[in-house]
Amino acid sequence: MTYKTTRYALLLASGLMINTTTWADDGSLYMLVGTCFSCHGYNGSSLGPTTPTIAGLDNDTFVQIMTEYKDGERPSTIMGRIAKGYTGKDFQRMAEYFAKQPFVRYPQLVNTAKVKKGAILHEKYCERCHQDNGYTDYQASGILAGQWMPYLQLSLADFQINARNMPRKMKIQIRKMIKGNGEESINDIVHFYGSQTRTDVDDD
Amino acid sequence: MPDMSQITRRNFIKIAMGTTAAGMVGGITSCAAKKQVVVVGGGAGGATVAKYIRKADPSIEVTLIEPNEYYYTCFMSNEILAGERTIGSIKFGYEGLSQHGIKVVRGYVNNIKPAEKTVTTQEGYTFRYDRLVISPGIDFKWDAIEGYDESVVDKMPHAWRAGSQTITLRKQLETMKDGGTVIIAPPPKPFRCSTAPYERASLIAHYLKQHKPRSKILILDGNEAFPKQQLFIQGWKKLYGYGTGNSMIEWLPSSKEGKVVRVDAKQMAVYTGDFEDKHTAAVINVIPPQQAGKIAVIAGLVNQKGWCPINKKTFESLQQPGIHVIGDAAQAGKMPKSAHAAYSQAQVCAMAVVAALSDKEMGTPSYLNTCYSIIGKDYGVSVATVYRLKGKMIAPVEGADGLSPMDASAEDRKREVVYAHSWFKNLTHEMFG
Repeated sequence: MTYKTTRYALLLASGLMINTTTWADDGSLYMLVGTCFSCHGYNGSSLGPTTPTIAGLDNDTFVQIMTEYKDGERPSTIMGRIAKGYTGKDFQRMAEYFAKQPFVRYPQLVNTAKVKKGAILHEKYCERCHQDNGYTDYQASGILAGQWMPYLQLSLADFQINARNMPRKMKIQIRKMIKGNGEESINDIVHFYGSQTRTDVDDD
Repeated sequence: MPDMSQITRRNFIKIAMGTTAAGMVGGITSCAAKKQVVVVGGGAGGATVAKYIRKADPSIEVTLIEPNEYYYTCFMSNEILAGERTIGSIKFGYEGLSQHGIKVVRGYVNNIKPAEKTVTTQEGYTFRYDRLVISPGIDFKWDAIEGYDESVVDKMPHAWRAGSQTITLRKQLETMKDGGTVIIAPPPKPFRCSTAPYERASLIAHYLKQHKPRSKILILDGNEAFPKQQLFIQGWKKLYGYGTGNSMIEWLPSSKEGKVVRVDAKQMAVYTGDFEDKHTAAVINVIPPQQAGKIAVIAGLVNQKGWCPINKKTFESLQQPGIHVIGDAAQAGKMPKSAHAAYSQAQVCAMAVVAALSDKEMGTPSYLNTCYSIIGKDYGVSVATVYRLKGKMIAPVEGADGLSPMDASAEDRKREVVYAHSWFKNLTHEMFG
């Protein structure tokens, strides 16, 4: 089995960041979003290996995810407990902040053969919703490209055992993919997304 | 420009000749009017506050003074005792902080003069500050347990500051014969990381179960109860036979004469309770009672209980204006003495310091603590609490001070371990990266 480490993504220098207010201008906001950094990394880009990056998500996606955690509709070990500590308005403020942050992608160990297979599977079964190779959060699809692979694996496992509800279209596509390509195809697409290291530049 | 620099004129030449000169001279010549913040202590709280003050206002000069070249995190150090982690993985240097423009000075602060706003190190260097943050961690009360002082820590390690003590305790566990007893003796609360003695017992049991299965662990406790107790006991029952005649772990609370009152290092014995029951063991881990780090005492920041009372919004000392105290040394209400709490307090304190040095409002604080405990292979539990300021208190948000549920699935217990490791990776990078 051959593994390669994909190239390091170029990290955006802080000067290039999209947000222009500084910490001192809105202390409440920074202390609020700062509570996320301990697990999800500075400005929401996690160093992994399992906590996901939350930077760059669309506003509505972020609020929806947090509300689901708070209401116990999305399975978690710890996020459900933490989400209960925040209000809907807090979620909105966090969402606006993280939507403006670049998704910093780190190299992950991937199997090149799996990446190749995953690329084809993605194109066939996933691209319609996870557009642009999973780089775009289109209609609350989340961002899959460059997301931490152990996190993707756990999320897909939750879908598989029905702990987490799959959107109808996704259910159909996954069923088709597994039927035609076997259970291991799930891992192939994880390797494909894990191999993506393109840097967010201006997404506005 | 005598008062504009952080270094008094008298000491300027002395320092300029030393190895740390380059950065400091630059600071004096180019940034004479800059506001100066000195941070004492480069642990979880100190490293974070230094970094976040720079992030909030890069025009502020921040000097971090720390005696050690490396910081060894106490968090995750119990995995070293289990043989599941190397000492190198909990070792952090200060290059990362230097890259954020923080002047890192190696020195031991032994004098603070609040009236003059100066800090002096044992090495003889004096630094002037506009605001001072101290994050000194804990100190041990060496006179609390008869026979237990610094001279016996190699024989009976506390391992409550990570590093060489962690290695000493690990070596003792490795050398111990199968069938030996390990005593762990937590002090009465409050102390640093109040769940850690029980995680330690769990992870040592994890090691012994694999390599020395006839051995036992005896927890001689100065307390009647402990955090996450039901979760620990459920884990111990599942993994180590707790409650059966063949349990690997036995716990004696203070009401069952568990509290250690005297030790005899030569005999490898501890004496507990009112009747001084004698217990001997092959490995004895005494965790002595604690108070705020020594410099907090010197600076007049501690109260009769030995901890530092603070304004819960700004972390400014209630005893010395202009000095902020964060981390284990601070009395932060309901927040525990944990690394994550210190980190969260540091973020809030940074905003308070920046606000105090400019004409800005600091805003409303948010605080968070997450505390993972790894009980065994693929078996982790946690507590997570979101806090807000309620009047003058730091209070948990109702419904958001949650423990992992009892009877959780094996999969969830397993996931808490991998999330604990991710928490460690991200948190330490936030502090030292």
